[in-house]
Amino acid sequence: MSEQTSAGSSGADFDLSQFYQVFFEEAAENLANMETLLLELDVQAPDDEELNAIFRCAHSIKGGAATFGFQDVADLTHVMETLLDRLRRHELALTAGMVDVLLESGDALNGLLDRHRGVTDTVLDASELVASIRAHADGLASVEAAPAASIAAVAAPAPLKPAGAAAPARTIVAKATPAERVLDVVVGPLDDPALADQLAELFNEIPGLGRIAAADSGKPDAQNKRQFVVHTTSTDDDLLDLFTFHVSRELVAIRVAGAAPAEPVSSTGIEGFGLFADLEPAVQPVAKAAEAVAPTAPAAPVVPRAAKPERADKPDKSSAVDTTTLRVSVEKVDQLINLVGELVITQAMLAQNGRNLDPIAHQQLMGNLVDLERNTRLLQESVMAIRMIPMAVVFNRFPRMLRDLAAKLGKQVELHTVGEATELDKGMIEKITDPLTHLVRNALDHGIELPQARAAQGKSEAGTITLSAQHKGGSIAIEVRDDGKGLARQKILDKAREKGMAVHDAMTDHEVFQLIFEPGFSTAEQVTEVSGRGVGMDVVRRNILSLGGTVELDSADGYGTRVTVRLPLTLAIMDGMSVAVGDEIYILPLASVIESIKLDQQQIRSVAGANRVIEVRKEFLPVVELDEVFRVPRFEARSESAIMIVVEAEGARVALLVDELVGQHQVVVKNLEANYRKVPGVSGATILGDGRVALILDVGHMVRRARH
Amino acid sequence: MQLAETAVQAAARGTVKPREYLTFRLGAEEYGIDILKVQEIRGYEQPTRIANAPEFIKGVVNLRGVIVPILDLRLRFGLGSVEYNNFTVVIILNVRNRVVGIVVDSVSDVLELPPESVREAPEMSSVVDSSHILGLGTLTDRMLILVDIERLILSPDMAIIG
Repeated sequence: MSEQTSAGSSGADFDLSQFYQVFFEEAAENLANMETLLLELDVQAPDDEELNAIFRCAHSIKGGAATFGFQDVADLTHVMETLLDRLRRHELALTAGMVDVLLESGDALNGLLDRHRGVTDTVLDASELVASIRAHADGLASVEAAPAASIAAVAAPAPLKPAGAAAPARTIVAKATPAERVLDVVVGPLDDPALADQLAELFNEIPGLGRIAAADSGKPDAQNKRQFVVHTTSTDDDLLDLFTFHVSRELVAIRVAGAAPAEPVSSTGIEGFGLFADLEPAVQPVAKAAEAVAPTAPAAPVVPRAAKPERADKPDKSSAVDTTTLRVSVEKVDQLINLVGELVITQAMLAQNGRNLDPIAHQQLMGNLVDLERNTRLLQESVMAIRMIPMAVVFNRFPRMLRDLAAKLGKQVELHTVGEATELDKGMIEKITDPLTHLVRNALDHGIELPQARAAQGKSEAGTITLSAQHKGGSIAIEVRDDGKGLARQKILDKAREKGMAVHDAMTDHEVFQLIFEPGFSTAEQVTEVSGRGVGMDVVRRNILSLGGTVELDSADGYGTRVTVRLPLTLAIMDGMSVAVGDEIYILPLASVIESIKLDQQQIRSVAGANRVIEVRKEFLPVVELDEVFRVPRFEARSESAIMIVVEAEGARVALLVDELVGQHQVVVKNLEANYRKVPGVSGATILGDGRVALILDVGHMVRRARH
Repeated sequence: MQLAETAVQAAARGTVKPREYLTFRLGAEEYGIDILKVQEIRGYEQPTRIANAPEFIKGVVNLRGVIVPILDLRLRFGLGSVEYNNFTVVIILNVRNRVVGIVVDSVSDVLELPPESVREAPEMSSVVDSSHILGLGTLTDRMLILVDIERLILSPDMAIIG
């Protein structure tokens, strides 16, 4: 007894609050994970593993919340868990309404957790949600009862995929409740009529599947097809999955008995099945449209889906949160990077000193220095890799955003992501998120047309937005592509003239499209309540340029638009070219260097007395004399021959006059403004091999200075 | 005109009252600054020049991976001859999370000054804005000019903050 008391009291004394933060972090992770999984779920054929994973997320949150006494969180997750449990045990069929209600619950949980964390004071009432989930879990909820009324309203005109499209509501109800249905099943054309009999055998072999009876005379008709009547509680997909043991999915058509027989959309929405072969030409567009929205359920016009290659290697998919990770604050990592940077400098100094030694007398030391160099480089690479995080972190925001936005705009869109595993520096990821969000929103808002407009042009009703990321050399290329209406060249030109911009009809399409990045540019049609009030694209470009990247836009009128963003992999390390001016060393970003030319001073000509130009490959470039820009003290006269470095920034080129090329190397970029102020013409600083500081040139500034 | 806030007044209001001072020499004068603002003391090394900066900003140096601006207080205060030799010292300050180095002729010692030995500085026209002078510290045979180094360094005419 006494023992129990003491145990009890020690438990009460035990302060759980110190673990709150861990719980909140874990819960946030689980919620994010759950949302991703929910959005990826194929409503028609949910993957068991995914359902299990969602269940585990809800379960972990519930466990933690109950332990820490967050009763409202525990209550909500409990009913979610009940629903998910029934789903994963196949007692219920998943519906889009359930996905909606689960997503909403996720949002509500975020809200509840925020309140517990003290971020917000808003008290959320989850009781309606709880009731709604219970209804779903009890199999009572039909699509009409789905709480996402706004989404449902938009989605209503969407073509319904499941069998019996003529009576959508009935099908959904039938799917949600395990009531017996009567189905007409047509199989064929079959090469071997016996296959159809094997299908019928299935119903004998699998208990609970239902009954099947031949609806024809037991012989194939003229087109080698067989017809059956099936009484079953299983879903169409379950049936199809079973049937594929014997005949391929395309050859099976399932309809609810009594549905209009002329209804041409098959349950799988795949055109070309035998029964309607004669109708095919007329049917094709409808079937295509149905295929495009095939995985789309009525209440979910957006089906965010990873592109095929990503789906193939699901187990090690980077977007899922890896459990074998370690949480470390960014400061610790940055400190590590700084220290490694120091080590690199020390190593470079040692190497320099070592060069003066006699290699034979100091053979062992030389060997050690080589080892040190290799290990330092490897260490630096590994440490830099810690800061690299996959693009999935950014891409994962978009499925939900597009889903909600599409519902608001009454559009349908599928999101494909490619190369989510591509890694980018954390600082870069944070800075690219907003511009990218803007581009994706633009793609849906301005690019993708309304379903009717798309259908009228013979496009699938659901538009496609493709996000891709890939490494290209030392940079990363991120593409936002849509198959919407594209940009109209003439409209942009007209608008530009109206704005008084310098344009002419001979401009290439490429040049015309870049105009939309100009400040204040907006075509009247573009302005909607969701995005684009004329500001935006210029801000996007400015942000990307400030990261040392570029942005380009291509478009084909009527076929879509592609925006390509190129960024350096990291802000912390850059390939630099060091140049000497007088006794000073400056670093040029290698990415902006086009070429370097040795020349005589006489080749520099003056224009109007002051401005100097040089002819390089039949083009006159303004000359920027770095020693004048930086007022470099000269102890001896400038030599007659000098070196010109042609650099490009913001689409323009200038020639920089320097004394000497020193070398090319990777430099660790340091911020000058941390302890000092912004210096015109200088974008940062770095530390050279001898420990001294060298300034990194702001090439954009040089170009603006020369061209003002 | 802004009145000089002396250490006496500040102490009376209970705001700024550094007790320990690092003292250093600029020419013939001896200055004292709050020891808690001092991060470290180093020898002078040639900084990397920054173009178009004021003359007293010598440039930037690498302090274990951090880029630190170096300013020469002797030039700032216009104290005659300035030379850089083995005894020239840089005091690395940490003021409001900014790391800044100041060049002085030499560092003397660390002193504890009781508030009663700090006298109010007289009104005077000098190169140093008198609002940055906390007061004059008296020792047996020495006079210390006590400077609010944080306000001095971060003042706009120091051109450290852009």
